[in-house]
Amino acid sequence: MTHLTTLSASALADALASGEVSSVEATRAHLDRIAAVDGDVHAFLHVARDAALQTAARIDERRAAGEALGALAGVPIAIKDVLATADMPSTSGSKILEGWLPPYDATVVRRLREADLVPLGKTNMDEFAMGSSTEHSAYGPTRNPWDLDRIPGGSGGGSAAAVAAFEAPFALGSDTGGSIRQPAAVTGSVGVKPTYGGVSRYGAIALASSLDQVGPVSRNVFDAALLHDVIAGHDPLDSTSLTDVWPSMADAARAGLADGVLKGVRLGVVKEIAGSGEGFQAGVRQRFEETVALLAAAGAEIVEVSAPSFEYAVAAYYLILPAEASSNLARFDSVRFGLRVSPQTGPITSERVMAATRDAGFGPEVKRRIILGTYALSAGYYDAYYGSAQKVRTLIQRDFAAAFQQADVLISPSAPTTAFRFGEKIDDPMAMYLNDITTIPANLAGVPGMGLPIGLAPEDGLPVGMQLMAPARQDARLYTIGQAVESLLEAQWGYRLLSKAPDLASTEMFASEEGAV
Amino acid sequence: MSEISAAEVRHLAVLARIDLSESEIESLTSELSQIVESVAKVSEVATEDVPATSHPMPLTNVFRTDVVVPSLSVEQALSSAPDREGDRFRVPPILDEE
Repeated sequence: MTHLTTLSASALADALASGEVSSVEATRAHLDRIAAVDGDVHAFLHVARDAALQTAARIDERRAAGEALGALAGVPIAIKDVLATADMPSTSGSKILEGWLPPYDATVVRRLREADLVPLGKTNMDEFAMGSSTEHSAYGPTRNPWDLDRIPGGSGGGSAAAVAAFEAPFALGSDTGGSIRQPAAVTGSVGVKPTYGGVSRYGAIALASSLDQVGPVSRNVFDAALLHDVIAGHDPLDSTSLTDVWPSMADAARAGLADGVLKGVRLGVVKEIAGSGEGFQAGVRQRFEETVALLAAAGAEIVEVSAPSFEYAVAAYYLILPAEASSNLARFDSVRFGLRVSPQTGPITSERVMAATRDAGFGPEVKRRIILGTYALSAGYYDAYYGSAQKVRTLIQRDFAAAFQQADVLISPSAPTTAFRFGEKIDDPMAMYLNDITTIPANLAGVPGMGLPIGLAPEDGLPVGMQLMAPARQDARLYTIGQAVESLLEAQWGYRLLSKAPDLASTEMFASEEGAV
Repeated sequence: MSEISAAEVRHLAVLARIDLSESEIESLTSELSQIVESVAKVSEVATEDVPATSHPMPLTNVFRTDVVVPSLSVEQALSSAPDREGDRFRVPPILDEE
C-alpha cells in the first residue's frame, strides 16, 4: 500500500494544494490500489481508469496555470452505482440497467465535478439498494476488507469497502434505511445520512422517494464533513429539496476538536435500540457502553430516553419502502432505456414484453419487494397496511420530538451485530430486515444520522459502530459531536481503527492462484 | 391478518408486470405470508386518532419559475432506447392481435 492511499481526503487535499503531490500521482496510486486488491474486495462495478487520469491531468494543468481551485480539487472519489453518471455505466446493481449510460449526471455528481474531484468509478450495491449485505447485487457481492468471508454491509457495501480498503479516500453513498450507516459500522468507516431534503436526489435512481438520501462515506468525520459541504444545498430539480442555507459542516467538525466540547452536552441513549434487546451481539453492546462511559467522563450528560414506537419501525418501513419501490420501479418498462426481453412463446405485445423483461432483469429481492409493495397498495389492504404504516411514521416522529426535548443528540449502536458471514441471512428475508432496526427510525422521521467506528468486538475482532442522530436540519451538530467522539477514541487507542484492518495486498497472490476474482 | 395464496401472488405478479415462474410464485407465497405476518403489527398502534405521515419534511406548493431551460435532445433521450424508429421509441404492438 503506498503512502498516498493511506492519507485522509483532507491531508491529500493539502498535499495537492502545496504541490507536494499531483492529482495524477494521487489518482494513479488509488487506481493501482484498486488493481491490486479489488479482485478480492469487489467494491467496484466500473473503474474509469483513463477518464480519471485525464481529469486529474487537467486539474494539475489548471493548478500549474495558477487557477483558483476548490478545496478538494484533485482528490479521487468513488461513486455508488445508484447515482447517474453520464460518462460511466449506472446500473444500481441490476441486470435491467446493465451498461446503461445515463444522458445526464445526478446533481451530486455534477457538484463533485464542479468541485474538481476525480471520479474513480462506480461502487457495488444491493440491487436497487434493496439489502443489507450486497449479496443482492446482480454482479456478485462485495467482500468486507476486514474478513473476505463476511459481508461489507448494504446496500452501500461497495462504497464502504472501497474506503475501508484504501481504494478511495471517500465516496458517495445513499441511505434509505441504513445503507450508509450500517456498512460504515461493519467496515470501520464513517457514514452520514443527511437530513431528508438536505442533499439533492435528482439523478439518484429512486428506491423509496420519501426515505432516500445521498450522503458521504469516509474514513474519518472531518472528510465526511468536507464532502457533505460539496453535495449539500437546494436543487430546483428535486422538489423535495430544502431551501435552507446550510452551515459549513467542516467548520462544525473543527469545532468538535476544541477542549471540553462535550461538557454539558446531553446524549440520549435510546433504550429500545441501545443493545439490550434481542439480536444485539454482546461485543457490540460492550463497546457501545464503554464509549458511553468515555463520553460521560469527558463531561457529557448521559440521559436515557425512550422511543416506544421504534418497536414498530421495521414493520412500517417494510410496508412503506416496498409500496414506494413498486411504484418507482414501474419505470423499468423496456421502452425508453434498459433491458428488453421478448417472451419465448405466445404473442409479442408490449405488455408481455414488459413482463418478460422484468422477470429476466430483476433479481429475487427486487421481485419480492415489488410484489409485497403491490400487495400493500392493493384495494382492500391499503388502509390496514400502507395507511397504518404511515401512522406509525407519525408516532416515530413524535418519539423523536419528545426525545430531543431531553437530549441534544441521540445515540445507539449503528448495527446490532458485527459483519455476518455470506449466506447467513440470505434465505431469511425477515432476519435480514431486522438488521436495520437501529437505522430505520431516522429515515422514517427524516432526521440526520451519522455512523462512526468505536472499536472491535472482543469475540470476533470486527468493527463496531455507533450511531448519532440529531434533530432535522441539525446535521452540523452531528459533525461537532462526532468529531469529539472520534478524537477521544483515537486518543485512547493511539491509532485509527482502520490501521488495524488486514493488509489485503499480501493476499492478492493467494487469491489469484485460487482463481478467485 | 390474512394468509396469502399462490393465486393471489399470481395476480399480484400480473399487476406488477413480472412474468414469474411457478417456482418463484411458490417461494414468494410462503415468504410473503411470513413477511406480511411480521409487518401487520403496525395496525396495533395505528389508531383512528393518529394522522398519517407520507413525507418526513412537509413542503407545500413547490414551484419554480416557468422559464424554458435546456433539456435533453432527441438523440440524448433516444440514446439508450432498446429500439427506435426515426425520432421515436419503437415498441411492440400495444394490442394483442387475436
